[in-house]
Amino acid sequence: MAGLEVGWIVDSAAALASGVVMTVGLIAVTIVFGGLLSVAGAAARRSRLAWCRAAVSGYVELIRNTPFIVQLFFVFFGLPSLGLHLNATVAAILAMTINVSAYGTEIVRAGLDAVAPGQREAGRALGLRTLIIFVCIVLPQALRAVFPALVSQMVITMLDSAVVSQIAVRDLTYEADLIQAHTFLSFQTYALVTAIYLGLSILLRRVLGLAGRVMLGPGIS
Amino acid sequence: MEFTFWDILRNLLLAARWTIGLSLAGFLCGGSIGLLLLTVRISPSKPLRLGAVFYIELFQGTPLLLQLFLVFFGLPLIGIDVQPWMAAGLGLTLWASAYLGEIWRGCVEAIPLSQWDAAAALGLHRPYQLRLVILPQAARIAVAPTVGFLVQLVKATALTSIIGFSELLKTSNVINNATFEPFTVYGAVALIYFMICFPLTRYSRRIERILKVG
Repeated sequence: MAGLEVGWIVDSAAALASGVVMTVGLIAVTIVFGGLLSVAGAAARRSRLAWCRAAVSGYVELIRNTPFIVQLFFVFFGLPSLGLHLNATVAAILAMTINVSAYGTEIVRAGLDAVAPGQREAGRALGLRTLIIFVCIVLPQALRAVFPALVSQMVITMLDSAVVSQIAVRDLTYEADLIQAHTFLSFQTYALVTAIYLGLSILLRRVLGLAGRVMLGPGIS
Repeated sequence: MEFTFWDILRNLLLAARWTIGLSLAGFLCGGSIGLLLLTVRISPSKPLRLGAVFYIELFQGTPLLLQLFLVFFGLPLIGIDVQPWMAAGLGLTLWASAYLGEIWRGCVEAIPLSQWDAAAALGLHRPYQLRLVILPQAARIAVAPTVGFLVQLVKATALTSIIGFSELLKTSNVINNATFEPFTVYGAVALIYFMICFPLTRYSRRIERILKVG
């Protein structure tokens, strides 16, 4: 029976591997930029400037209440009419970063709210500058409090990234589309790739947990 | 043929009916299976519990897009002539059931164990303990996260455009191909999704606040 042969897996191993590299690369870049923007966004939501707070919450609401695929299409198909032409991979990274930062801003903000005000006051009593207090005292405690939620959000973003195959970024799903188009083993191909995604999401959880323990100290799940 | 902005908007709003319909269908069917999944997930039998955990992990750990592909290409293998709406409905139902089952489990486990004991002391069997004592209390705290998930579900329906279901996004792709105005079309689409989702988000947040105070 054709469906039980495994030769096609061997033949498509290289394509699948390059798809995995692209998917992992996309999420790695997104985690770095998205993480930084989330912290910046959460800090801006506590700004003294009312317009700054309003702008950030407007951005967060707009992104969280629209589908990622629409954001992706808007960036890739819509922005060129404003004269901003992006290559598909750059558009994918931009859309993923914009998307994850909105969720991340909310998560980091909850973490900042959870840090006792006494911590900030203690920092001020020691004569530290505001920026130093935020980066060295408040932020690490805030991130510790919400780290599991941040990890879950990054895993969700990695799974959502399957959609970037629709703008012809050669990620894992795109490679699966190509493979099934010439083997005609659609179900088997997608089943295999789904299993790879499952493995990647378990792996990403482990790696981020490890990174969290290294950066923020032990005791982080 | 010329399309005015109003032509575009009117056609998009007509297509939004399918997005709302699919969301409701996915919610009702996914909710029913989710309820079943919840009872299995908290059942006294360990193999049953593990089965439910596996099901939930499987659907929460893989992309929804791939799940839709598997339904779309899998059903013909068992001899079912699959239409896009069937694959879209079934795929979203399975996906939503995993999330709703897990959300509701959290709500059930937030109810103190003494409530189970009290129900048992009244001589109720386990299904009745759950139905008459635990679920009514859990339902109160379940409203906010359930409405919150409904927002996820509405957004998830956009993916069914990829397997050819003519909801809002699929229609906008067609309109975009005819008008070559991607900025307007996808901007308007984003706005329509926002108008569906934002009230739900607000409602969910308000309920959450009321429960915290009360």
